Amino acid sequence: MTDLNAHLPVLQVVVPMLLAPLVVLLRPRGLAWAAATAGSLMAFFIAVNLAGAVLGGAEVRYELGGWAAPYGIALGVDSFSALLLLIVTGASSAALLAARRSIDDAIESDRQPLFYTAWLLALAGLAGIVVSADAFNIFVFMEISSLASYILVAGGPDRRALPAVFKYLVMGTIGATFYLIGVGLVYMMTGTLNLADMELRIHEVADQRPILVAAGFITVGLALKAAVFPLHVWLPNAYTFAPHAVTAFLAACATKVALYVLMRFDFIVFQQNLAGHEVQFAAFLMPLAVLAILVGSAVALFERNLKRLLAYSSVAQIGYILLGASMVSVAGLSAGILHMFNHAFAKGALFLAVMCLATRFAGLDLDRLAGAARTMPWTMAALVLAGLSLIGVPGTAGFVSKWYLVTAALNEGLPGLLLVAVVVAGSLMAVVYVWRIVEAAWFATPAANEEVPGAAVTGEAPLPMLVVTWAVALGNVFFGLFTGVQRELAERAAGVLLGGLP
Amino acid sequence: MELLGLYHYWVFAVLLMIGFYAVVAKVNLVKKLIGLSLFQSAVFLLYITMGKVTGGTAPIFQDGNVDALFSNPLPQVLILTAIVVGISTTALGLGIVVRIKEEYGSIEEHEIQERDRR
Repeated sequence: MTDLNAHLPVLQVVVPMLLAPLVVLLRPRGLAWAAATAGSLMAFFIAVNLAGAVLGGAEVRYELGGWAAPYGIALGVDSFSALLLLIVTGASSAALLAARRSIDDAIESDRQPLFYTAWLLALAGLAGIVVSADAFNIFVFMEISSLASYILVAGGPDRRALPAVFKYLVMGTIGATFYLIGVGLVYMMTGTLNLADMELRIHEVADQRPILVAAGFITVGLALKAAVFPLHVWLPNAYTFAPHAVTAFLAACATKVALYVLMRFDFIVFQQNLAGHEVQFAAFLMPLAVLAILVGSAVALFERNLKRLLAYSSVAQIGYILLGASMVSVAGLSAGILHMFNHAFAKGALFLAVMCLATRFAGLDLDRLAGAARTMPWTMAALVLAGLSLIGVPGTAGFVSKWYLVTAALNEGLPGLLLVAVVVAGSLMAVVYVWRIVEAAWFATPAANEEVPGAAVTGEAPLPMLVVTWAVALGNVFFGLFTGVQRELAERAAGVLLGGLP
Repeated sequence: MELLGLYHYWVFAVLLMIGFYAVVAKVNLVKKLIGLSLFQSAVFLLYITMGKVTGGTAPIFQDGNVDALFSNPLPQVLILTAIVVGISTTALGLGIVVRIKEEYGSIEEHEIQERDRR
C-alpha cells in the first residue's frame, strides 16, 4: 500500500476526471447522481485533507510521473489554492446533495448520466486549475471546465439558455485565447511554462515590451473569464437560465477560480519583476472594481427576476474581491481572498434556496413570489439568513470580510475613505435588494399563484434539498462567528502572493 | 526591412483581428464561430513560428543527426493540445447553434432576440 497522502494533489483532479466517463454508463435511475455525488464528496474530503496539511505547515508539491519541475509538469498546493479547493469541491458537493429532485425536474432521465458527466468534468477542470503550477496546464484545465460548464448551463429546459450559453462560449473562448497569447509571449521571452520558474527568470527580460504586452493580455483575458465589470455581460443570462443546481454550483466558485489565476499570475509572476506593475494593476482594476460594486448593485435594485437579481449581485461581489486585491497590500488581499470564501457561502445558500423555491413556483419573477413565505417558511428563512450575510450584517460571514476590507481601505489614507464609502454604498444597496425579496415573499398579497404543475399544492421543498440549504445558510453564521481557519488561510495566501512586500 | 522581417507577427496580428472582427460584427452565429476559429488559429501560428530556429531541422535523433541545429518542438506540442481545445470549442458551439435553430428557427442574432421578447 503506497502512501496515498503524497498523491492527494493529483487525486484531486483524477478522481472526478476518471469517474466522469464511468458515469455515462450508469443508466439506471439515480445511479449517476449517486456516483457523481460520491465522487464530489471524495474530492471534498481530499480538499479538506490538503487544507489540513497546508495549515500544518507542509509544502505540498507533486511532480507528475516523477519528472522534476522545470521540465516535468508540477502541481502545487499552498494556502491560497487550498482555500479555493475547499470552495470548489464544497460548492459542488452541496449542490449535488441538494439537487437530485431539481435535476430530475429539469432534465430527462436518459440525458442525466451525460449531465452528471459534464458536472464531474467541470469539477475536475476547476480543481485542476487550482492545483496546477504550470501556465499551460492552467489553460487546458480552464478550457475543460469551461466546455463542461457550457454544457451544464445549456442543459436546462429553458430555451433562453441557448443564446446565453452561446454568448458565454464566445466570450469565454476569447478570454482563454487572450490568456494563451499572454502565456505564449512569456514563454517566448523566458523559455519556461512553470510558474515558479517563470518568476525567477522573468526579471532578466522584464524591461522588454513583449512581457508588458503579455501582462496585459493575461490580465484582460482572465478578467473576461472572471466576469469583471465591464466584461461581465455573459454572466447574468447564463446564471439566470441555467438549471438551478448548476447556478448554485457555478455561482459559488467558477468566477472565483478565474480570479484566483488572475491574482496568482499578476502577483507571483509579474508583481516583483515588472517595474511599476503594482501601480498599473491598481490603476486598471480598482476603478473597474468600484464600478462593478456600484453598477452591479444598482442594476440588482431594479431587476424583477430573482435569479437575475442575484446574478447582478454576484457581479458586485466580484468587485469587492477585486477591490481588496487592487489595494496591493497584505490586508487588502487577505480581505479579498476571505471574501471569496464567505461570498461562496452566501451566494451558494441563496441559489440553493432559489432551487427550493423553484420546486413550487414556476416563474422566479419577484411579483410571482407573493406569499412564498407562507407556503415555504423554512426556505424563505434560509434565503433571508444568506441575504443578511450578503449584506454584511454583523454575526454573519459577509460582515467579517467586509470589515477586513474596510479596515484595509482605511490604511490607504484619504483615497481609502472613498473606497470605504463605495463598500458602504454597495452594502446599503444590498439591503434594498434583499428587502425587495423579503417584501415580495412576506408582504405582497398572493394573487393567482402559478404552481408547478404536478407538484404538491402547498408545503416545503423536498427535505434533502432543504437540509442542505439550511446547512449552507447556517455555515454563514458559523463562519461569521468563528473566523479562525479561513482567515488563517487567507492571510497566509496574501503573504504568499505578496512575497517580500510589506 | 526590419518590419518585413517580422512578417509572421504581422500574419498573426492580421488574422487575429480578422477573426475578432467577425466575432464582434457578424450577426450570423455560424459566421461568429468561423471568426472564433480564425482567432484561435492566429494564436496557433504565433506559437508555431516562435519555435522555429533559422536553419533548424525537426528534432529527431537519427543516423548520427545528433548535433544538428534543432527547432524547438515544445510550442508545437503545446499547440497540438490547443488545437484539440479549439476543435472541441467549435464543435460544441456548432452543436449549440443547431439547438438554437431547432428552438428558435433562426441563427441570426437579432431575430433570436426578437423572438424572446415576444
